[in-house]
Amino acid sequence: MRRNPRDLQRYNASERANHWIVGICFILLALSGLAFFHPAFFPLTALFGGGPWTRILHPYIGVVMALFFVLMALRFWRLNVIERRDIEWLKNVDKMVDGNDHNMPEQGKYNGGQKVLFWGLVIGMAVILVTGVLMWRAWWAPPITVIRVASVLHAVAAVWMIGLIILHVYAAIWTRGTIRAMLYGTVTRAWAKQHHRGWYRKVTGDDS
Amino acid sequence: MSSLQSLDIKRRSATTTPSPSIREAHGGGEVAKLIDVSKCIGCKACQTACMEWNDLRDDVGTAAAGVYDNPTDLTEHSWTVMRFTEYENEATGNLEWLIRKDGCMHCEDPGCLKACPSPGAIVQYANGIVDFQEEHCVGCGYCVTGCPFNVPRISKKDHKAYKCTLCSDRVAVGQEPACVKTCPTGAIMFGTKKAMKDQAAERIEDLKERGFAQAGLYDPAGVGGTHVMYVLHHADTPSIYHGLPNDPKISPMVSLWKGVSKPLAMAALGVAAVGSLFHYITKGPNDVSKDLEDEMERKDEEAEARARAATQEDRP
Repeated sequence: MRRNPRDLQRYNASERANHWIVGICFILLALSGLAFFHPAFFPLTALFGGGPWTRILHPYIGVVMALFFVLMALRFWRLNVIERRDIEWLKNVDKMVDGNDHNMPEQGKYNGGQKVLFWGLVIGMAVILVTGVLMWRAWWAPPITVIRVASVLHAVAAVWMIGLIILHVYAAIWTRGTIRAMLYGTVTRAWAKQHHRGWYRKVTGDDS
Repeated sequence: MSSLQSLDIKRRSATTTPSPSIREAHGGGEVAKLIDVSKCIGCKACQTACMEWNDLRDDVGTAAAGVYDNPTDLTEHSWTVMRFTEYENEATGNLEWLIRKDGCMHCEDPGCLKACPSPGAIVQYANGIVDFQEEHCVGCGYCVTGCPFNVPRISKKDHKAYKCTLCSDRVAVGQEPACVKTCPTGAIMFGTKKAMKDQAAERIEDLKERGFAQAGLYDPAGVGGTHVMYVLHHADTPSIYHGLPNDPKISPMVSLWKGVSKPLAMAALGVAAVGSLFHYITKGPNDVSKDLEDEMERKDEEAEARARAATQEDRP
């Protein structure tokens, strides 16, 4: 949707669909995984049809997420290569968190924080995928020591990723005018110029 | 076998509040099974009694050809298995046939129960017996991951975990486990843990007199002691008895996973979520500045004006 014909396209439909497939899988995996991680969350198994169904479904949803995550990472990794200006941005991240982002260094399509998040999730995904496969008793049982180490790392990677996703979601809510980019693909020029000036210049040719 | 209504639940998996525990162990204190390896003749009557009482029939296999172990491993149908080891004692030059009845050790600090994510799928009664409640089992296999003795088995048929119950159903009505009742040499004994330790002490003294200087009781402290204990002629090296762990304890990985990581993770995620909310209400949203919005509006107006001018010029 373009409210204004001069709104900027940030994500195409395919990219948005890819993101939301991963997002839906992530939410389902977090809910079912937390159910098995801490007794306080065990009642979440009711959302999946009970304990055994949760145990059956969780790994398959994981495989779907992994596939679409890899696809998404292949689409976006080039845009997330960390550059010198990103380091400068990260050095000034306290100003950003303090709510004053007007003096932040100019950023491309993604800022330093988003890029760190991207690579953080790539690492998390790699660890959680490998350890999850090792824990998948329905199919195989590697040596017990391997399963034990995998179980710990799976939990660590899961908490790491859920933490990053909480920040990811919050940053999207906090930075107003962002969520529409992932819902219908466009952002306003003012949004782009404020938050991603480098990208704004590139796509509009406006060097002001 | 039991519901919580037995009122003697000491520990319950994935449960953070006390379970009904008003009742003490029936008949006084904790129980134990004592297996005197030096008296075992390897007849497998205990295996038979186990399958009979528990109404279990394992597949007739051929994997045991050439060895005495049959079946060759614990399964969801075989909750106890005799393990045979031919041990050459270098000190005496004797060939010793070490026969150990393998099965759940009923740890005082059970790794299976610690690892289990499903509330009430594993319980420990006041008498120390660790029992699986298959109706609550989700089939994840975490009990296998947690067990220091490699005992629980997941059924291929119903995907539930099974193991020796120490005949909790028989013990609850004042009877000894089926294997104890049937053992023809009296190598398997059952009673209060204290009585079994006393019995073991006598046996160990006897064995020492007969030249087994290292005879001793296997009641490993690493898992808080067990409710199935062995009298071993070579208690200094339990591992010669078909891999009985020398110093079993819950793996540090399992302790980390099911211990400190849980509150730490919950705290971290809680801080991230609640912190975000409070960040929003203290700092306010990161909105697009009015200046930039006005700038874009101005640009739009200029563009429109140019477009209008262009259309007018085009008119004849």
